[in-house]
Amino acid sequence: MADEVILLDFWPSMFGMRVRVALAEKGIKYEYREEDLRNKSQLLLKMNPVHKKIPVLIHNGKPICESLIIVQYIDEVWNDRAPILPSDPYQRAQARFWADFVDKKVHDAGRKIWTTKGEEKEAAKKEFIDVLKVLEEQLGDKPYFGGDHFGFVDISLITYYSWFSAYEIFGEFSIEAHCPKLIAWAKRCLQKKSVSETLPDGKKIHGFINDMRKKLGVE
Amino acid sequence: MAEEVKLFGVWGSPFSRRVEIALKLKGVDYEYVEEDLSNKSPLLLKYNPVHKKVPAFVHNGKAIAESQVILEYIDETWKNSPILPKDPYGRAQARFWASFIDEKCLPALWKASWPCEDHEKVKDEAREHLKTLENELKDKKFFGGETVGLVDIVANFIAYWLPRIQKATGAELLTEEKYPKLYQWGHEFENHGVVKEKLPPSDKLIAFFKDRFESVSTSK
Repeated sequence: MADEVILLDFWPSMFGMRVRVALAEKGIKYEYREEDLRNKSQLLLKMNPVHKKIPVLIHNGKPICESLIIVQYIDEVWNDRAPILPSDPYQRAQARFWADFVDKKVHDAGRKIWTTKGEEKEAAKKEFIDVLKVLEEQLGDKPYFGGDHFGFVDISLITYYSWFSAYEIFGEFSIEAHCPKLIAWAKRCLQKKSVSETLPDGKKIHGFINDMRKKLGVE
Repeated sequence: MAEEVKLFGVWGSPFSRRVEIALKLKGVDYEYVEEDLSNKSPLLLKYNPVHKKVPAFVHNGKAIAESQVILEYIDETWKNSPILPKDPYGRAQARFWASFIDEKCLPALWKASWPCEDHEKVKDEAREHLKTLENELKDKKFFGGETVGLVDIVANFIAYWLPRIQKATGAELLTEEKYPKLYQWGHEFENHGVVKEKLPPSDKLIAFFKDRFESVSTSK
């Protein structure tokens, strides 16, 4: 029986992108369905009644929600190729810890850069840079957070890269100036098809955020 | 080589107690170090430099932080008495509910337990989350099915801490009347032969919450 894999997603979402990258890494065929978040489909509301959010992976009719949980699920089901998590329990724990750190810290700090002004914005910039610096230190001299191989933490963070140029424009700063190793890492990740074919162009994200700022009345 | 298993925790923390419950369920011996959070030990800061919090778990010199990360590590390392299902879909569901509890339930329940602005709105959110859990539990004895699993362990705050906060402050969030299944689950969890050995002393916890209630009620 062929697998039926459907992804409910929203093109600018860095969370949805994580799932797209994981599916691409594993070479899994799936049906992509774009959701209009102002008019959520019945299917989305049925498959994720608790959070009503994307991404949702529907595998043979059964839903899995929350991007990092979906990525782990994908890794466990299609476990015969391109491993995403390491096999050693301690390394796995480290990968989960840092992916959790990305989840807890990067999104909110980044969001505040384009939704606030003045002092609040400056504080958000500083927080964002501090978080990236911690991640950069964790990366060290490894090619990827996963070591020699692109893995779970890389997937959790690289999808923010398409948002970086927008953060830089609104925050009036250069991320590369503060975290050159991290940008080098990002460019390394972009050499992978699974990443380059998934991440939207930074200009598109910038346009999207511009529209959001108008809607939210941030100017 | 003898195994070195060490846990840095705080007697009243549901998070470090989660790790103790898992270790006890698997029959793993460990050394426990009680931390004073107002005066954190150099070892804690060494083993959890990023968040500087408890629990911090050390196995043969290697440190792991964040209770859910530790729980999964324990399950993968000591394979008896599993706390996660074997099948990927079951695992994804368990992780989903554990995440829901930590990201939505606990913050809402904690906020709703103490006087605050918009108290009714905050309580409504907490009640909505309890209802969601009540519906998820259905007719199962535990969230994990017949045995205590990851979700039950992560929900320990709801089973044990919340009723004691309610005793101390008069807050009424989790009641038998509104959430009969969840209430019954809490009772099963609290009295589970293994779990109950790793819960903080009831009177001490109630006294702690009474003190907190007094100080937040009087400060304006």
